[in-house]
Amino acid sequence: MANSTPVMEAIDQTIESKRRPPSDVITEWVSTVDHKKIGIMYIVYALIFLLIAGVEAIIMRIQLAVPNNDFVSPQVFNRMFTMHGTTMVFFVGIPVLFGYGNYLVPLMIGARDMAFPRLNAFGFWISAFGGLLLYFSFFGGDGLYGAGSAPDVGWFAYAPLTAKVFSPGNNTDYWTLGVLLSGIGTTATALNTVTTVISMRCRGMTMGRLPLFTWLMLITSSMIFVVVSPLTAAQIMLILDRYLGSHFFDTQAGGSAVLWMHFFWIFGHPEVYVLVLPAFGFVNEIIPVFSRKAAFGYPAMVAASAGIGFVSLSVWAHHMFTVGLGPAGNTFFVFSTMVISVPTGIKIFNWLGTLWGGKIIFTVPMLFCIAFLFQFLVAGLTGIMLAAAPFDWQLGNSYFVVAHFHYVLVGAIVFGLFAAFYYWYPKITGRMMSETLGKWHFWLFVIGFHLCFDFMHIPGLLGMPRRIYTYEASRGWETLNLIVSVGAIFQGVAVLILVYNLVRSYYRGEKAGRDPWDAWTLEWAVPSPPPVYNFAIDPSVNSRRPLWDLKHPEEPDSDYE
Amino acid sequence: MLSSLHLRSILLPCILSLTAGAALGQSATSIFSPAASPAQWEYGLSMLVLSVTLVIFLVVGGLLLYAVIRFRQRPEDSEREPPQIYGSEQIELSWTVIPILIVVMLFLSTTRVILETEAAAKPASALDVTVIGHQFWWEFRYPKYGVVTANELHVPMSDPARPTPTYLAMSSADVSHSFWVPRLAGKMDVIPNRLNTMWIDPWAPGLYLGQCAQYCGTQHAKMLLRVYAQSPADFAAWIKQQQQPADQDLSNNSAAAEGRTVFMHSACINCHTITGTPATGRFGPDLTHLASRDTIASGPVQNTAENLRKWIDNPDSMKPGVLMPSMHLNDHDLDVITAYLTTLH
Repeated sequence: MANSTPVMEAIDQTIESKRRPPSDVITEWVSTVDHKKIGIMYIVYALIFLLIAGVEAIIMRIQLAVPNNDFVSPQVFNRMFTMHGTTMVFFVGIPVLFGYGNYLVPLMIGARDMAFPRLNAFGFWISAFGGLLLYFSFFGGDGLYGAGSAPDVGWFAYAPLTAKVFSPGNNTDYWTLGVLLSGIGTTATALNTVTTVISMRCRGMTMGRLPLFTWLMLITSSMIFVVVSPLTAAQIMLILDRYLGSHFFDTQAGGSAVLWMHFFWIFGHPEVYVLVLPAFGFVNEIIPVFSRKAAFGYPAMVAASAGIGFVSLSVWAHHMFTVGLGPAGNTFFVFSTMVISVPTGIKIFNWLGTLWGGKIIFTVPMLFCIAFLFQFLVAGLTGIMLAAAPFDWQLGNSYFVVAHFHYVLVGAIVFGLFAAFYYWYPKITGRMMSETLGKWHFWLFVIGFHLCFDFMHIPGLLGMPRRIYTYEASRGWETLNLIVSVGAIFQGVAVLILVYNLVRSYYRGEKAGRDPWDAWTLEWAVPSPPPVYNFAIDPSVNSRRPLWDLKHPEEPDSDYE
Repeated sequence: MLSSLHLRSILLPCILSLTAGAALGQSATSIFSPAASPAQWEYGLSMLVLSVTLVIFLVVGGLLLYAVIRFRQRPEDSEREPPQIYGSEQIELSWTVIPILIVVMLFLSTTRVILETEAAAKPASALDVTVIGHQFWWEFRYPKYGVVTANELHVPMSDPARPTPTYLAMSSADVSHSFWVPRLAGKMDVIPNRLNTMWIDPWAPGLYLGQCAQYCGTQHAKMLLRVYAQSPADFAAWIKQQQQPADQDLSNNSAAAEGRTVFMHSACINCHTITGTPATGRFGPDLTHLASRDTIASGPVQNTAENLRKWIDNPDSMKPGVLMPSMHLNDHDLDVITAYLTTLH
């Protein structure tokens, strides 16, 4: 520095000041491109929306607890079920699963980050903006009074109810744009995940050795390319209809209501699998660890999951059995829908095979996984009932359907997610969650879940349609609805316990260490929480269970592959 | 604590089915008490599917339960890891092939019911009714008889010896709706720019309840539906009565006569039809034989003079979100219009 000029010194200082690490926490999080921080942001953001959508669910269940109730007006009720569904699918389900994907995939495959870190940050922020925009609708229009102008067209937004003539004002636009933005974010993250898994694996991490969660994120992400694009196209067409005078879905001008259904369900049905496959991934990681057994039939698990992903693209019209597709159309979609139960069955049997002969340890994550197995079994069986088209003519759009898909979305996906919270929390924060509070959470939620969704099947069989804000006392639905509402409140309380546990354990949880569960995948090889660079030296693996090989050199897995 | 989890997974379906069984007897809209052929065939298929899925539930659920109890870690267990099994081709093949066979069986039974229902030949004796869905009420037209009514569908019962099924040709004037009377048939969507058909053949006379099953806007919940199945003689009488002009000579009923004048000079006639009068509106329900109906407001309100007056005064108070506006009539006008409308038998 002795012979440097003042000008050069100034330049050096500027460079130095630019290089200075972000000093405050907000800048650090807002500007981060670290896959772990982005993953955490996704999870926290989804949790916030989970609480909001949960409140909406409770409002609906209070309204329906007794017949002829006037707790909320019909329009507010319609807004509640629209926002509940939209939020749960687009701003809870996808973000939280991608949050875990973001956090775990690079760690599991021995990479230092995602393939495109900045695209990753972009994906998160644009999704988050979509959520904010959707909820800003509560302040739009007539403001908070009368719940603002929040969308009231249902999460499925069937044409032509969304046409300008039937839905004046801006609420449908909030819905369209909010969902459109979240779709862009989802596609970006999906692209990133696929690229990361394909090109960033460490030495020895062949496709045949990928952890099952990573496999499922890969399949899910590949599906997203195919299924989110039609939704995005439909959103744009709807905007064109509403503002530029096109008539795709405007039936008053000769447009087609059924066209929207096709577009929507080509997205909407595979979406169920987009959500459930990562949940399968959680269970695939957790059950082996707490059974102390390698996953049974790994190749079949992968093939079945890919099969589910593939077949799910051809089942969308089973949401349309009552549209008048005719016998040929109905028969095709009966077949494709029923076929999907075969790979799904294989997965359940393989989980059974993993449990068989194991030493099952009932930690909180394992409890959630076991409940998942039973509930997913029931969800699959009611799915077969709905696949039988003539049975569906009766059950479709009734409360039976609401019960069925909540069995999938809550009984399977949310239970898988809760298991993941408890299982990976020590890795993410370095501290264990309280098992006692976890058991309270589990039991309250299980009881609430069964009170709510078991009994919800029956009003459907008794002719109760969904999306009605009230009903007459004379139909024999009232006791059942009261039980369902009580169950919903149980689940709400259980989630509050979870949130308390998450916050409390962050400050007062027991220190976790590297590998508290004696697990086998690579993320447990790094400190908890992992450093920014993940792995100090690039790892190299020889089998599907690299840490098993380290701990049991006398009987390495690699001998069996 | 764990065993109670397993206990619940066994007990709950039992409690569920008991409660369901008890509730089934009481509901007028249970899909398990069919009263027409389509509903009967759907019921038959549902019983088959329910039994197959129940068996699968018991077998797989039982195996899961056994595995969870049998293979739990016990304090006396050794520290060693259990023997590892990485897979077995025979076992995996068996639990692939057996489900495929079950699926094929269910698929064939389902297809048969689809064809029976959707491809059934239409007998010459069938009655045709046009169903038009509106926000938030139903319009029924009998083209052969020139009868138009709203919300309450009258059909003849059909006996196997001389079947007289009713064929419903359905479309919508605005958004999508869905026609669902669970005891008669599964639902069929009512979609604008599209003609869907379904048929029903009630076996026994009586009132069958249903309601719109497709979310259609603010008042979707109160778009109810009533089907009256009548003996052929009663049905013929009903048709005859509906064909009579309802607008009578009112010279001996001054209140009603004044009500007619008020009605014909208000905006009511832009939306409602009363045959034989200047009222020819198509937007709202046809009121020609209003007083012959049991309910108003598409089902949720009994058709009494008092309710009718309240309804005309402020429809939104009885059915929030209804598209009929309040006409801001004074008490006198309300009284006379009600008096007039109650004469429309």
